[in-house]
Amino acid sequence: MRKTLLWIILPLVALALAIGVFLSSNPLEPLGVSAPPIEKLTVERTLLGDQGISLLVRTSGSEPMQIAQIQVDGAYWQFTQTPPGELPRLQTAWIKLPYPWVRDEAHHIRFITDTGIGFDHEIAVAVPTPQFSLIRILAYALLGLYIGVMPVTLGMLFYPALKQLGGQGMKFILALTVGMLAFLLVDTLEEGLELATKSASAFSASALVWLVAITSFLAIFAIGRQGGKSPEGKALASYLALGIGWHNLGEGLAVGTAFAAGEAALGSLLVVGFTLHNITEGIGIAAPLVDARPKFTTFLSLIALAGLPAVIGTWIGAFTFSPHWAAVFLGIGVGAILQVMVEVGAYLIRTAHRSGSNWLSTVSLIGFSLGLAIMYGTALLVNF
Amino acid sequence: MDLSLKRRSLIGGGILGFGTLLSKLLPSSAFAQTPTSADTSTPSGHSVPVHGGSMTMGDVDNSRNGFDPQNILTDWEVGKVSQLPNGKTLREFEISIAEQEVEIAPGVVYPAWTYNGRVPGPTLRVTEGDRVRIRFKNPGVHPHTLHFHGIHSARQDGVPGTLEAFPEQEVVYEFDAKPFGCHLYHCHSAPFKRHLHKGLYGAFIIDPDPKQHPDQQEKAQSRLLGSPQNAKWQEFLMVMNAFDTNFDEENEFYAVNTIPHEFMKRPIQIERDRPVRVYLINVTEFDPINSFHLHGNFFDYYDHGTTLIPTLRTVDTIMQCQAQRGILEFTFQKHELGIYMFHAHQSEFLELGWMSAFEVVA
Ligand SMILES: [Cu+2]
Repeated sequence: MRKTLLWIILPLVALALAIGVFLSSNPLEPLGVSAPPIEKLTVERTLLGDQGISLLVRTSGSEPMQIAQIQVDGAYWQFTQTPPGELPRLQTAWIKLPYPWVRDEAHHIRFITDTGIGFDHEIAVAVPTPQFSLIRILAYALLGLYIGVMPVTLGMLFYPALKQLGGQGMKFILALTVGMLAFLLVDTLEEGLELATKSASAFSASALVWLVAITSFLAIFAIGRQGGKSPEGKALASYLALGIGWHNLGEGLAVGTAFAAGEAALGSLLVVGFTLHNITEGIGIAAPLVDARPKFTTFLSLIALAGLPAVIGTWIGAFTFSPHWAAVFLGIGVGAILQVMVEVGAYLIRTAHRSGSNWLSTVSLIGFSLGLAIMYGTALLVNF
Repeated sequence: MDLSLKRRSLIGGGILGFGTLLSKLLPSSAFAQTPTSADTSTPSGHSVPVHGGSMTMGDVDNSRNGFDPQNILTDWEVGKVSQLPNGKTLREFEISIAEQEVEIAPGVVYPAWTYNGRVPGPTLRVTEGDRVRIRFKNPGVHPHTLHFHGIHSARQDGVPGTLEAFPEQEVVYEFDAKPFGCHLYHCHSAPFKRHLHKGLYGAFIIDPDPKQHPDQQEKAQSRLLGSPQNAKWQEFLMVMNAFDTNFDEENEFYAVNTIPHEFMKRPIQIERDRPVRVYLINVTEFDPINSFHLHGNFFDYYDHGTTLIPTLRTVDTIMQCQAQRGILEFTFQKHELGIYMFHAHQSEFLELGWMSAFEVVA
């Protein structure tokens, strides 16, 4: 046992020594490389208020960096920085600029570091940042209900009709659900990767999106198969609701940030678009319940699971927002959607098998394509 | 978490619980703009400092730089003076290259190239007709020259191939000072633009010789450094310059005598009863023109300083192309005491540092 321990510690000590030697001896010197420090600055939050502009910045350069001067609209401006002084790698700081910003106009901010490098940040439309008030919380919650809860509920209303469907009809609906999920998967992944580009580069957020997606897929998949077989009925519906809920969180984020950034026109279009877009989701969630005899409360909790994350998304988007966390959220969403795709797919195969037909048939192909087409069609409303 | 008591009391119980729970999940930064927060700096809560905030932060460490823009205003170098056999005055100067870091704005360090360790370089002040001899040493790693604006032969021009000092070399420039006026010198090595905007320029002032201008004796005397007539004047050197700190061929900082907002933070004191003369030179790179505008007053202007009668009378704004220069004369004799701004009247330049002020005192 002691010997084993020794053989764990020894390589680690050797590794530490090797790194120490590398850093202290400067082996790059013969190469003539004197690397200048790489500086990076990301603005994670922008707040506009009575006192001017506040920005949460994060450094992600190779070495500590110092913000020396700040220009607002091409004018040097006095500012306070908390914490003050040099910022170590990955440190955040609040910058407060007592700048008389102008409503509905654009403002350009440039940070000049001690080496004279500039980092630009644009405020596209200046509007007061929503403050944390009861009215606003409720208003944003209402938006979330519109894009999440309402369409899912409307979709669920198809349940009695679904019960009338025969084997072929069920196959069609399940294929439709898989098609719809395939679209959501790509869409959510894209959204996550885009947010990743807006976060501090040191976080390697786009890699993080993929890794979180894979890990969360495996985790949810493992939990779902705890009983030894794939989830069915109420359980499958719950996983569907969860996966779609994560996706709706992302949609809520988009709406919340659009309104908070003053892009009210964009925000309204997003609300209408997402609402239409999400009606199909309710049908998908209800499909596995056809053979079960669910209680009314089951429907309610499924609606909550799939729809309410949109409310939380709008809150996060409006009141607190950091791109790397949002990217991670969407990564989880990707994993959750993938798990549901696999499970609904498995359910589809079993349903087809039971009714004595093949899983890949004209009916399922049409259903899958139609699922993609509906989602693509409604997505036209929200993509610019 | 700065939800005030008053605010809380307005919120219903159940919703309060939910809201507070949610607020716990969010970073406190979400409330940074809440007007009730403790960091409210203006009493009204609805106003921001409109003009006062428009300035660079902090101060430059002049001692680390080795020069002070305030001193550059009046720091004339007359050289080592001796008499030549033919009766002429010989003025000998030594100028050496220093490739060194300069703090060109508070907290911003720039890899500058300098004459005698300062930007702008030493202000050489001679009299019309003097023999000028400059030993120019280059301990740097790039070739450099001294190109003087003035009248001289091609052999003294200080351009690539002529009197260019290569690293570790020394060259000597020698010529007669003419015409009188407000001139400049700068490096002419290639690449030209880079050598200039890194800081290789300085003022070269040739005072008129009163003997040669019998018609305008008095004016010539007043310009001649060391004369009693000149002592009545308050003279300042202002070199309008700028720095491109990220090398994108656009300037980040504008100033007179290198440091942005320096004379706004510490206005130049002038005595009300003595007239003012400004030797103004534009060496701003990348922008074709620069300008000078004086508040609350008008001035006479001598383009290039090569005349003893003004080329422009009673103006409050002049513009100068790159390397253009001139002499401004004005007085605050009939003014009330106070701060009088002067600045480039390109709003871009003034907001990026070229904004200054005189403080008129009794
Ligand atoms: Cu040079």
